[in-house]
Amino acid sequence: MHPNSSAESMAKITKRLCTLVLRLMAVAATLLAAIVMVTSHQRTSNFGISFEVKYNHTPAFQYFAIANAIATVYGFLVLFLPSESQLWRLVVALDVVITVLLSSSFSAALAIGDVGKHGNSYAGWLPICGQVPKYCDHVKAALISSFVGLIIYLLLLLYAIHTVLDPLLLKKT
Amino acid sequence: MARENAQKLEDGTELVPVRKPMDWTIVVLRVVAFLATVSATVVMAINKETKSIVVATVGTTPLSVTLTAKFHHTPANVYFVIANGFASFHNLFMMAVHFFGDHTFKDKGLQLVIVAILDMTNVALLSSGDGAATFMAQLGKKGNSHARWNKICDKFEKFCDHAGGAIIASYIGLLLLLVITVLSIVKLLKRN
Repeated sequence: MHPNSSAESMAKITKRLCTLVLRLMAVAATLLAAIVMVTSHQRTSNFGISFEVKYNHTPAFQYFAIANAIATVYGFLVLFLPSESQLWRLVVALDVVITVLLSSSFSAALAIGDVGKHGNSYAGWLPICGQVPKYCDHVKAALISSFVGLIIYLLLLLYAIHTVLDPLLLKKT
Repeated sequence: MARENAQKLEDGTELVPVRKPMDWTIVVLRVVAFLATVSATVVMAINKETKSIVVATVGTTPLSVTLTAKFHHTPANVYFVIANGFASFHNLFMMAVHFFGDHTFKDKGLQLVIVAILDMTNVALLSSGDGAATFMAQLGKKGNSHARWNKICDKFEKFCDHAGGAIIASYIGLLLLLVITVLSIVKLLKRN
């Protein structure tokens, strides 16, 4: 029996637990963002004209919902990967792709949301948040949740480089 | 030239560091990605179009209004320029490190880690800049009838064309930077 096997298995359990907790939080954040975005809709009537806004009126919000859904499904599948599998190296590469997807969708939705909130006087686009405040709050909540998921994925990338790839050769073989 | 970096072993033979083919692949990809992101930055930053539109006719003289479309009217385009600027500076810095300073780091592992982390950071930054500018361009091209936002590309065609070209160049830079990131991570793996 190796004398330090209990210390090694403690380290492995800690590493596994840490990864699991982070990934679970990321799945929860992206799932929440997708659901809140998809259920955001409001209908108001202004001078007898009814004005309805839904998330799928804007392609940026559709892309945001789809990207967060893809990230949720991916994160959920990775949760069940056993700890010793060789696929963890593929997971590092796929994590980069999912982070890129999440960051581009977040930034696109933020840009369109900014036009909705502040308008664009040069292009003659009026802000709509004054007329549909509940919709704007919904979208804001979805954006915040997705941002949390993005930060967690960035942390997971750094953690994956540390544990899976071990660049400073800290592990003894 | 290569002999300056040679180390002498005990039995008198010399160790000369050899540049592997993957290094040259990464450098070539970095040069092309640098050119793509620099062109995207420059084309978007000098993007400007002025147009006079006749608004009314008083008697026989037409009244015209001069409208200008500049890139900084939209915060998404400003962020696009900044993100592409960061990415091109990163590519330039990495090329300089490869050509001039490859042997300054005593700890090769630390250098590879820093390169990989910086690559990933710049990929995330560049992708977010691209995403924002793409959807603003889509809004300018098609408008949004539900929010009563009119399209602007039918009046400012040159502006929209230039912006579209800059966005396409930035996507090429993003794709190449993604490939470079994967190769940097593979280099980290091979070291083990």
